[in-house]
Amino acid sequence: MSAGDDHDHDEDHDHDHDHDHDHDHDGGDRGSPHGHPHAPVDDLDGYRPESLLLERALRELLIEQGVFSAAELQRQIDATESRTPALGARIVARAWIDEAFRRDLLAAAKPTLGASFALDLVDTPEFTVLENTAQVHHVVCCTLCSCYPRSILGVPPAWYKSREYRARVVIEPRAVLKEFGTELPPACGIRVVDSTADMRYLVIPLRPPGTDGWDESRLAALVTRDSMIGVAQALRA
Amino acid sequence: MNPASMPVGARVRVRAAWPQGHCRTPHYLRGKQGVVVRRLGDYPNPEQLAYHRPGLPLLALYQVEFDSAEVWGERLREPPYRITADLFEHWLEPLAGEH
Repeated sequence: MSAGDDHDHDEDHDHDHDHDHDHDHDGGDRGSPHGHPHAPVDDLDGYRPESLLLERALRELLIEQGVFSAAELQRQIDATESRTPALGARIVARAWIDEAFRRDLLAAAKPTLGASFALDLVDTPEFTVLENTAQVHHVVCCTLCSCYPRSILGVPPAWYKSREYRARVVIEPRAVLKEFGTELPPACGIRVVDSTADMRYLVIPLRPPGTDGWDESRLAALVTRDSMIGVAQALRA
Repeated sequence: MNPASMPVGARVRVRAAWPQGHCRTPHYLRGKQGVVVRRLGDYPNPEQLAYHRPGLPLLALYQVEFDSAEVWGERLREPPYRITADLFEHWLEPLAGEH
């Protein structure tokens, strides 16, 4: 696959590097970011030496064969890392206060964001926005690897990629949510969204009470990364 | 667009198959019954892409919803909930009757 291809479907060479495979990195640091850049990783830092060697050999071969250049790789890493949950938080906050935007976002996320946030999402995977209500709470996972809406939220947290989260959230979601400090009312149903293929999912959490009249930036401060994955609620006002 | 595409609301069973090689159908859903809730579009076949083939013709991708009881049976430890997964058409067998 050349660097110019606009498909984003397979694991190891998509533009946005939208999911990656296990690197035996136990996701113990729940709630905190990785703390180190992802690809070219030159420090051991929890990775098995043979995995590092494999990554390095593959990267060097791809560069040597002209599939992409080292500069292109670095630009893609920079682009991915420049995206942070702050962007997602602004999107959620706007959806809370702008009904037409919310409707368009739920119906067709990518074109709506391309227009409203001037985002270049052409080379990124499709994604869908899911809205939590009093009746249903969405929680997103990827049981097969680590598919994640990187074009909006940036690099996923380590726990999202951990085998523990991926295995447990589909069979005991209430228990997992409780460990994140999220206790849902019994009347609220749960929908576990396993992003197994080409669609990525972003959750709009419930708007916290007591925020009437708040503007977008004040609201955005309440929207955490975890609330957009669905393991938490938005912060209280 | 596949003319034989399944409408929203169609009841389906995920094929109970364990082929060798790369695929994007989780083991825990194979053989389980669900309902098509959305057609997500047509995409190259990941089972071909994984081996650097073009993955054509494009395949329809469906978001399919499952009841937790159907998926886990007696292993279920929590009140009922729903699971959705995105599955390619060749993994889905239509079942008689609408949702």
